[in-house]
Amino acid sequence: MRFTPPSVADVLAGLTARFGDLESSTFRGQTRVVVPVSSAFDVLAALEESGFDLLVDVTCVDYLEYPGATHRYGLVYLLASTSTNQRLTVRVFVDDPDPTVRSVVSLWRAADWLEREVWDLFGIRFTGHPNLRRLVMPEEFTAHPLRKDYPLQGRGERHNFPVITRDHS
Amino acid sequence: MAVMPSGSGGRIELPENVVVSRLDALANWCRKNSLWPMPFATACCGIELMATGAAKHDLARFGAEVFRFSPRQCDLMIVAGRVVMKMLPVLQRIWQQMHEPKWCISMGACASTGGVFDTYAVVQGIDRFIPVDMYVPGCPPRPEQLIQAIIDLQDKIQREGTISGREFDTSGRQLRKRALVEITAPLTADASRNPLLQRELAAAADALADRN
Repeated sequence: MRFTPPSVADVLAGLTARFGDLESSTFRGQTRVVVPVSSAFDVLAALEESGFDLLVDVTCVDYLEYPGATHRYGLVYLLASTSTNQRLTVRVFVDDPDPTVRSVVSLWRAADWLEREVWDLFGIRFTGHPNLRRLVMPEEFTAHPLRKDYPLQGRGERHNFPVITRDHS
Repeated sequence: MAVMPSGSGGRIELPENVVVSRLDALANWCRKNSLWPMPFATACCGIELMATGAAKHDLARFGAEVFRFSPRQCDLMIVAGRVVMKMLPVLQRIWQQMHEPKWCISMGACASTGGVFDTYAVVQGIDRFIPVDMYVPGCPPRPEQLIQAIIDLQDKIQREGTISGREFDTSGRQLRKRALVEITAPLTADASRNPLLQRELAAAADALADRN
């Protein structure tokens, strides 16, 4: 029997009934829904409750200088259901100054390090996160290097170390 | 000390099995033929480093096969691969934990210059922060090149080494490397094409006007 992935249309319909009209699109069987930041946590909680038990990824895109962009940062939540094989992408857009969104660690434990990484590299604050520290950059780092206005070669952080010569080693 | 026999005219007669040398040369000969590498392998150069130590290329031929993973047992650090800024304090700590006399080989383009990784996180050459004796070009270098570097390092130890390590007092002779001049260019965006950027620039201008 050929495997046919279940559609997420009914999930979308449920969301629309509860949260009003949400922008969504489908490309090659992958469905994407855009959620305003004010109701993002509630939508994600509803999705978690309706069976999306796996948070595959949380990541971010910086749309500075992107043609036609209306927001600076676009968060990406990739959800999956291990029982029905459904997949859903949730987009949440946030803006400067102080881009903030509510943490989903209480829904999926997997969000812990994912949100820390997004905070580290993009500077998106996740309120309610139990331990929002840098994940990959050194703790004393101050910038968020994957922002588009951060220079590729950095601001001299990579040269900011003591020099050990033969005399004191 | 050989006893000077009477009536020999100041010449010392040595038994056949005694060889006379300088103490420095003897120490250098011992040191150069028993280099114990500390493999600081962070990337693909580390694979070539392993190949160098393995059977086919057989670093044991040059007395340098005893890879130890404790810096306290090593006297040759081989930095094989790129070093990021989070790793550099670790590298420096390990270097300081090694016993004197010690040497360092910077293996490959990344360890020597940062290589293609000219980015915010990658150190642009470990010799900016720790002393380096030999540089091996290549991306990654072949085992033969690393072996050549070790042979050259052996020559250097034999030529320059002293038992007291005087050759390491180099600060007076060495030129400090100049740090790279960083590009601090502002965001070069064409605001006319981008409504989002126009809005941000306008907001920044408003904020500036408010503050004034």
